[in-house]
Amino acid sequence: MTQVVHAEWTKLRTLASTWWLLLAAVALTIAVGAAVGAAFQCHQFACAPAQTGADPAKISLAGVALGQVIVALLAVLAVGGEYTTGMIRVTLAATPRRLILLAAKAAVVLGWTLAAGVVAVLGSVLAGRLILPGRGLSAANGYALLSLGSGPDLRAAAGSVLYLALIALLALGVTTAIRDPAVAIGALLGLLFLLPIASAVIPDHVLARHLEQIAPMTAGLYIQATTDVRSLPLTPWQGLGVLALWSLGAMLLGALVLRFRDA
Amino acid sequence: MSVMTPYRSRVDGARDGFAQLLHAEWTKFRTVRGWTITVLVAVLVMVGFGTLSAWSTTSSCSNNGGQARSGASCMPTFPLGPGGEPVSDSFYFVRQPLAGDGSITVLVTSLTGLLPPPNGSQGPGPDDTKPGLMPWSKVGVMIKGSLTQGSAYAAMMVTGGHGVRMQWNYTGDTAGLAGAVGPAHPRWLRLTRSGDVITGYDSADGAHWARVGTVTLAGLPSTVQVGLFGASPDYANVTQNFGGTSQNGGGPTQATGVFDHVAVTGGSGSAAGQWAGSYLGAAEASGIGSYHQGGGRFTVTGSGDIAPIAEGHGGPADAALTINDYLLGTFAGLIALAVIAAMFMTSEYRRNLLRVTFAASPRRGRVLAAKAIVIGAVSFVAGLVGAFVAVSIGTAVTHSRGYYEFPVSGPVEARVIIGTGLLTAVTAVLALAVGAIVRRSAAAVAIVVVTIVFPYFLAVTGAVPLGAADWLLRITPAAGFAVQGAYPQYPQVTAIYSGLSGYYPLGSLAGLAVLCGWTAAAMAGAAYLLRRRGA
Repeated sequence: MTQVVHAEWTKLRTLASTWWLLLAAVALTIAVGAAVGAAFQCHQFACAPAQTGADPAKISLAGVALGQVIVALLAVLAVGGEYTTGMIRVTLAATPRRLILLAAKAAVVLGWTLAAGVVAVLGSVLAGRLILPGRGLSAANGYALLSLGSGPDLRAAAGSVLYLALIALLALGVTTAIRDPAVAIGALLGLLFLLPIASAVIPDHVLARHLEQIAPMTAGLYIQATTDVRSLPLTPWQGLGVLALWSLGAMLLGALVLRFRDA
Repeated sequence: MSVMTPYRSRVDGARDGFAQLLHAEWTKFRTVRGWTITVLVAVLVMVGFGTLSAWSTTSSCSNNGGQARSGASCMPTFPLGPGGEPVSDSFYFVRQPLAGDGSITVLVTSLTGLLPPPNGSQGPGPDDTKPGLMPWSKVGVMIKGSLTQGSAYAAMMVTGGHGVRMQWNYTGDTAGLAGAVGPAHPRWLRLTRSGDVITGYDSADGAHWARVGTVTLAGLPSTVQVGLFGASPDYANVTQNFGGTSQNGGGPTQATGVFDHVAVTGGSGSAAGQWAGSYLGAAEASGIGSYHQGGGRFTVTGSGDIAPIAEGHGGPADAALTINDYLLGTFAGLIALAVIAAMFMTSEYRRNLLRVTFAASPRRGRVLAAKAIVIGAVSFVAGLVGAFVAVSIGTAVTHSRGYYEFPVSGPVEARVIIGTGLLTAVTAVLALAVGAIVRRSAAAVAIVVVTIVFPYFLAVTGAVPLGAADWLLRITPAAGFAVQGAYPQYPQVTAIYSGLSGYYPLGSLAGLAVLCGWTAAAMAGAAYLLRRRGA
């Protein structure tokens, strides 16, 4: 198992695209969070939390919505790239126990994602601390400074890292099942983005709420909520649990396909 | 010794015209079964999402003040204006019949009003209302075809926050004198009728008149109603917070105007000179309004609105289904088409087919152009068919279930459907070009989805402030979604005009032009790189 993980680690480490994608994931996550924070402006007399509905943690971590795309792409390429080049046959010849191989790939991709996720989330929180007080979300208006010492903020930050890791697993499972990287990333991004858009657009509020509860992205990102948590359709951890179920299902599907289908 | 003659093929040299190139690329596309299936899938998801959207809606009546029921019983019904658009047409009207041509002139000396309490609690009692005006509270003079809701009209009015206006047939709106009306700043208003033509004038002193507008009201009956009106739309305070926009308040407001020197000229009817006041509105609505006449001075109080209804969340038509609901699947279709468009280019790299392609057709820019035409045409047809079927089925389902559909005119519907085809076509070409640039299909798909779907996602889910969302929908390729904007924004109606309700900051052509600009840039980059790089 150690050798298999080491082999997978070497494969991924020596690809230039891995490094570029990790860099992009970190940079884009921080940049989008900072941009959303900088775009926020509360009006002079309506800056109280009840009036703006602003959630400092959620604003700072808004970049995770884009960072997840890069993380998903990394995971898709880690598996799909082997199918594109035919490398998968060599890999399977070297490691005939396919489920071990999938576990090793998952471990390596998870490691990369967690590392990039921690850097991206810490950077986003730092950017939020620097930017948000200047945009009206200050202590004077009743907003606490973002801090990993406060329970909800820590939950949002740590949960965002976990969110990225679960997205990577989801992508890994889907790609192992679909094999073609382009189709896999298309299916993934459709799954992630279409359901939130559908729930925002459709006029039926009851149906929209149900969609939000089962969609991997909306449910998973409940973990970023620190204000008005009671009004969410699910608690933050339940939401992340929904995403975890999606990831588990995708990994199981991927494992089944990998185990029983010719490469 | 025999003479060796070099071998010459007897096969005629193949023609390398652009038509042959197109045919070759079409054959390449057509014969990959997975791609053909994906095009069909794109059409099916567009239709499927649209049908689902129409089928699954069980709108509650909460926005109409009723309990949560479903079905047609709680659907709003709106009168239609002369242009076929749903309108509000409820106000207090003090009028008399006017036969033939004529005019009405008044002096407005005051406009005051009452607002509901700011916390939105209902009950316009004297205890919890406070003085104040909505920006579009209005009193003035009106010539109206009949007393039925939705009939043609033209009016000169003073408003709470927009000065003197001339408005006609619900959607028309022209500015006159600026500034608020008051005893120190009275406003003279005049309307004249000549056949179907109504002309509005205003004046600050009654001596110097300025023409504000001339409108033709087609089919105006020979005897019209002429008189004084007062209206004030329901309290609405559109606030933008981080979960998106919300419309606070609700509850009726009222406006009171004081008129002096009321003069009606012309007309030949026997009833001329007899004023009658009543609330014009829906039968079930308890309208507020009254008038008082004393010594040539009229005081008219009214509530309600004379304006088009804006489609949108939080508004009166919140529960209505729209053409945008039926086209929800456009996103899924776009992603599917982007996937095959990117693969149409990148698979040539993967299989080293590109060397053969370039050997057969050395002018590389032309190969790219041929591929763009093939994938663009396929995607146009897919988007067009998908949108047409989705809208047709959605409309049929909505009607069969008795739900209210926010009406849209035939030409606009055609524009939205054709526009959706163009949107999918240009997006597919963009994906093709990005595929040629990055040479990896997964990366190309991710880039296209991030640039087109992600900005729209940020805008509609309220993840970014409204102003930033508008800019995202102006400058990113997501601007192309403006082709699906079916409903006009009315400056004279306060509502939430956001991408969520199908309103876009750019017009449909401008939005498509932005997307085309990005695509052209990507195509230029792809052509340059194809020429520079080895295959």
